[in-house]
Amino acid sequence: MLPYSWIIPLFPLISFVAIVFFTNRKPKLSSLVSIGAICLSFLFSLIVLGMVLKNPVTSEFKFTWIDLLGLKVQMGMLIDPLAAVMLLVVSTVSMLVHIYSVGYMEGDPRFSRFFSFLSLFSFSMLGLVIANNFFEIFIFWELVGLTSYLLIGFWFEKKVAADAGKKAFITTRTGDLGFIIGILILTTAAGTFNFTEIFHQVEAGHVSAGLLTLSAIFLFGGAVGKSAQFPLHVWLPDAMEGPTPVSALIHAATMVAAGVYLVARTITIYLAAPDAALVVASIGCFTAFLAASIGLVQNDIKRVLAYSTISQLGYMIMVLGLGGMTAGIFHLYTHAFFKALLFLGAGSVIHAIHTNDIWEMGGLYPKMKTTAITFIIASLSISGIFPLSGFWSKDEILAVASHYPNPIFLIVGILVAGMTSFYMFRLCFVTFFGKPRDQHKFEHAHESPKVMTIPLMILAFLAVFAGWVGIPWLKHGFSSFVYHHHPHHVEPDFLLMLISTIVALSGIYLAYAMYYKKSISPEKLKEKFAFPYKVLYNKYYFDELYHAIIVNPLLRLCDRLFVKFDLGVIDWLVNAVGNFTVFLSDIKEWFDSHIVDGMVNGTAYVTRGVGSGLRKVQTGQVQTYAFVIFFGLVLIILFKLG
Amino acid sequence: MVGLNHYLTLSAILFCVGIFGVLTRRNAIGILMSIELMFNAVNINFVAFSKFVTPTGFAGQIFAIFVITVAAAEATVGLAIVLLIYRNYKGINVDQINIMKW
Repeated sequence: MLPYSWIIPLFPLISFVAIVFFTNRKPKLSSLVSIGAICLSFLFSLIVLGMVLKNPVTSEFKFTWIDLLGLKVQMGMLIDPLAAVMLLVVSTVSMLVHIYSVGYMEGDPRFSRFFSFLSLFSFSMLGLVIANNFFEIFIFWELVGLTSYLLIGFWFEKKVAADAGKKAFITTRTGDLGFIIGILILTTAAGTFNFTEIFHQVEAGHVSAGLLTLSAIFLFGGAVGKSAQFPLHVWLPDAMEGPTPVSALIHAATMVAAGVYLVARTITIYLAAPDAALVVASIGCFTAFLAASIGLVQNDIKRVLAYSTISQLGYMIMVLGLGGMTAGIFHLYTHAFFKALLFLGAGSVIHAIHTNDIWEMGGLYPKMKTTAITFIIASLSISGIFPLSGFWSKDEILAVASHYPNPIFLIVGILVAGMTSFYMFRLCFVTFFGKPRDQHKFEHAHESPKVMTIPLMILAFLAVFAGWVGIPWLKHGFSSFVYHHHPHHVEPDFLLMLISTIVALSGIYLAYAMYYKKSISPEKLKEKFAFPYKVLYNKYYFDELYHAIIVNPLLRLCDRLFVKFDLGVIDWLVNAVGNFTVFLSDIKEWFDSHIVDGMVNGTAYVTRGVGSGLRKVQTGQVQTYAFVIFFGLVLIILFKLG
Repeated sequence: MVGLNHYLTLSAILFCVGIFGVLTRRNAIGILMSIELMFNAVNINFVAFSKFVTPTGFAGQIFAIFVITVAAAEATVGLAIVLLIYRNYKGINVDQINIMKW
């Protein structure tokens, strides 16, 4: 089976092609094709995971695609526990999102197209996960970027959505520039694109430390873009303009996971370049805090979740930078489920009352029980409440951080955990409890159809239990499956567990007090901390800053270039060519009117001259004619006789 | 003794006079008359050949009578045309009738 793992990404690709070319006109059929394909991918991912679990070795299958004077570009697959876990996570979340979309996107005029994009997205991500070399991973990396652009801008009639798509594309592209530079440095140094060969050379010390650090930092640039880390995090909240299932897919399993996966995949390089790893950890740590603090005050349900995603990704990146590859991937794995659940739950709410603003919601619990309960489960999970899956993964991250000499990572980690539980339960209390704030919308609210709630329930189940494979007391748990070189067993640290639980619970209590019991007035706090509130509410003015220092200067530069270059050089060239053409035409015109026309007219003139000469012969006098005839006859006779 | 050659000579002289008349007369009636002369030259030929070459047959004579008949008809039509010309041109000078050129 393993050598045939390539069929896992193949199914969605076939579905994409089939929908685009054959079933585009039949929405029902298109969705069935798409769902069928991803279900098959899911089944095969399960099989692959089962086989890898039974025999956890790294297997590689490859063939040479292009031979560039000795630099062989390969296509292939690298199936190891990391890839197997990722395959399952991606295909599970993707499958549930596919099913959910049938309900959410119902009646959309571009229903079929949506499913074809979803298929393409799944294909790209699954392909990325099994890639065995940098060249291949870059191809799929860019495909993921492209499809995310297509999906975020899916409702392109809305200008904000189209702009968000562009923003996501351009921002991630900025990071990808670093990625490709990193790849080129590494390939030049190691002479191959292949992961395993590069890692061998790195571990054998064949690559100089300076180059390694440089390439590691550049590679991380790609991850920063895709996984929305500071300073390229700005695209992700805007990506909320896409349909909610897309947000779930992007945030949970595909797009943003790609960056984390890349760092995990190349963890060998970071372990060999501690300076780069420190950069990774610092950026992750800073992002986690930054995004969580913004998430505290946002009013759009999906934006809060978006900042939560950025913050959780920061967590993963941080712990990867600290060398905790197992912990990072474990958190990616649990996060995929509860974050997908949160987004799909939010989508269900939005579907019911047609607004994203949490201050227009409220009291929805009795109306949407399934959604509310699953949403709260996910919130508990992300807050790290015992014994939900989020608890185990977050705890492992904190455990790794606690072993690092500098306590800053641990402190920020715990702080972020508290903020996370606060803003998540702020959402829960404001959305589902209290009095309905918009009576009209409230009356319209209804539970979503089964096709949407069943994926929610499945995800809720996973959000509770998926993390149990990583319980530290398990002998053959997650950490003895996905690891780098040596299984990394974190000793359960009860003190740490206690602290993180207390922090999480106090975050929940604070939210409860502020937004349910109203014993602490959020308004007064807002007035008291007006300045920090404003800064947070405006997301630290990152968008404004980027506009001021990058976008606007660029636009101004373009303006100036327009005047100087476009008008001065290009237009001048165009005009010069135009004038030259006119000049040529003039010559030709003279030639035509004098030579060609002269010949034509000359012919006519000669003909007319000859004609007017000859017509004198025709006198109209019958006698003249008769004379000529007679004279001719006489001549003939004389000729005959003579 | 008057022989074939005498007749043919007379006929040739008559024909030439006719042609001369046709080519030189300005009067349409004169031209018609000259044509008659040419017909008669031909008739003499017919009769002479009949008499001297095939004395037993009368084909030549009969043909001459046909020619005379046709000539009469032709003269009729010709005179009618001349009459019309006279009405249109107030004269029958053929120099005036030059509408057949270009």
